[in-house]
Amino acid sequence: MADTLVETNAPYAIRTYSPEQLKDALRKMFLIRKFEEGAEDSYMRGLIHGTMHLSIGQEASAVGSCMSLTDADKITSTHRGHGHCVAKNADLGKMFAEFFGKETGYCKGRGGSMHIADPSKGNLGANGIVGGGLPIAVGAALSAKRLGTGAVTICFFGDGANNEGAFHESLNMAAVWKLPVVFVCENNKYGMSTSTARSTAVKNIAERAAAYSMPGVTVDGNDFSAVTEAVDAAVARARAGEGPSLVENLTYRWRGHSKSDRNRYRTKEEISEWMERDPIVAMSNLLVAHKILSEAEVAGLEEQATQVIKDAIEFAAASPDPRIEDATRDVYTEGAAA
Amino acid sequence: MNAMTKTELRELSYAEAIREAMDIALASDERVVLMGEDIGVYGGAFQVTGDLVEKYGTDRVMDTPISELGGAGVAVGAALTGLKPIFEFQFSDFAALAMEQIVNQAAKVRYMLGGSVSVPLVMRFPAGSGTGAAAQHSQSIEAWLGHVPGLKVLQPSTPEDAKGMLLAALEDPDPVMIFEHKILYKMKGHVPEGYYTTPIGKAAIRRPGKDLTIVATSMMVHKAMAAAETLAAEGIDAEVIDLRTVRPMDRETVLASVRKTGRLVCVYEGVKTLGVGAEVSAMVAESDAFDFLDAPIVRLGGAECPIPYNPELEKAVVPQVPDILDAARNLAKGRI
Repeated sequence: MADTLVETNAPYAIRTYSPEQLKDALRKMFLIRKFEEGAEDSYMRGLIHGTMHLSIGQEASAVGSCMSLTDADKITSTHRGHGHCVAKNADLGKMFAEFFGKETGYCKGRGGSMHIADPSKGNLGANGIVGGGLPIAVGAALSAKRLGTGAVTICFFGDGANNEGAFHESLNMAAVWKLPVVFVCENNKYGMSTSTARSTAVKNIAERAAAYSMPGVTVDGNDFSAVTEAVDAAVARARAGEGPSLVENLTYRWRGHSKSDRNRYRTKEEISEWMERDPIVAMSNLLVAHKILSEAEVAGLEEQATQVIKDAIEFAAASPDPRIEDATRDVYTEGAAA
Repeated sequence: MNAMTKTELRELSYAEAIREAMDIALASDERVVLMGEDIGVYGGAFQVTGDLVEKYGTDRVMDTPISELGGAGVAVGAALTGLKPIFEFQFSDFAALAMEQIVNQAAKVRYMLGGSVSVPLVMRFPAGSGTGAAAQHSQSIEAWLGHVPGLKVLQPSTPEDAKGMLLAALEDPDPVMIFEHKILYKMKGHVPEGYYTTPIGKAAIRRPGKDLTIVATSMMVHKAMAAAETLAAEGIDAEVIDLRTVRPMDRETVLASVRKTGRLVCVYEGVKTLGVGAEVSAMVAESDAFDFLDAPIVRLGGAECPIPYNPELEKAVVPQVPDILDAARNLAKGRI
């Protein structure tokens, strides 16, 4: 039994979370991977007409960061946000339906991939504007503090956003007002094609935390336990009323920025090297090594995820399109002056 | 004597009326917070928030850093999650720094999310020229925001409406942008006591008339009223409509007036081209009221330049009473 063999030198996640929670985390990581692969496949088959920003390779960052959150806690997400939705317990069918532009989707087909949100689960939404979610996250944290809800907000953003004015203004205000928000930077090395080395004056984005008098830490974003350990500490600090933190998860997107990307700014070797560091393989190995799952059970989780995504795509494909006459619905709240 | 005060209507300045609305809102709804630059002990650049911080404390009357983009975004996030922020821009010109959050976030989030959220946010913009503050502190940018579906855009011209429209904005579940002309802040007028709302999207006929219609906004309403008095002495009976709301625009009131008078002058301080008057004119031109026109529509708007510093130049680039008189006389006498 796991509880009779507590390993004091085991990684943080193993020491902190129950086997059920860890198994669920791996399940979500598989769901993200399969969602993204399903999205790519649907695009190839002409079922999705917009572009997409896939987070394959970044699954540990999304799931690991949300481990200590409840549905009352908020997140704001980015244009590369499918993983965050899954980590925050989104319904895969409604996600795919949104991707397909269907009335049954999270945004009734009005938002698409870049705007999936689920306020009932605390997911305030992805964002098509780089840095757009940063001040909104600070606002959510302000509400939590004023209304005394005890909720914490995790603000996901990419390395590209760290050079937006909104990033600096947001970190400053969060620190000045000591708000319960955790800034999680998913540094996947490139803002579209421009590397952090070419765009960012500091070596590690977490160094920028010092300018706003908050803790900043850089971790291996493909190491589930390392992510969880860093973000959990920041969430606990926020919950205790001690203010914001910045956590930088170093990770990598295996796919291009979007469908228009010809991958001219990075080498095949670099991509292969990062694919060797697959966060799902690492997490699976971790759970097998600590006897939380057998290899067969890991394979079972993957199969299960494949089936969930297959069902989600079927649900989306069979769903109705929005009605043309409803194109201007929901611009304003019904019943209010408009 | 108490008897005297009972018969006299209570007067407040435009700024005091806005403050009274915010006071009522802060007292009656814990979710209301004021945010803005120097709105606390300083009292706001135009002394609109005044001493509210002493009554409600710095948690509810929050000085923000000089971070318009971030501050506006914090207000959007707070509105999405249970608060009702009233965000003051120090000058409406500074909204340019925050357009991302106003236009891409506040205005669109409800639609983008399929109607699952609303953004009960009020933003206040001290606007307009006449203070010698030059090109970056004097603009009238209501048409910029009026172009964005998802926003509501108000321009109250009297103390009574300034209070009533702010309270109406706070009842509204959607983001409401209120442009307050800086020259009006000190103007006094009757303001009813207690709680009341002035409807959003409803113009006011300030002076009924039969010969021509003057549709005006904000400060221009007062110039139009002054012109109408002079015109009346000349035997020209002008109807003055205070548009009050730029978006959604009160189509019915404007069209009914034009059907009656057959002549239309639009007066607005924003740059003439693609401004509020362009929309009013198009609204008339596209409707049956067009058939009632006896003369071409006249637009009087801001000149095609930034607001200059020199006081004579500053006056020259926005419509003044003589400009309205000229236009009205020409229209009434059939010269146009």
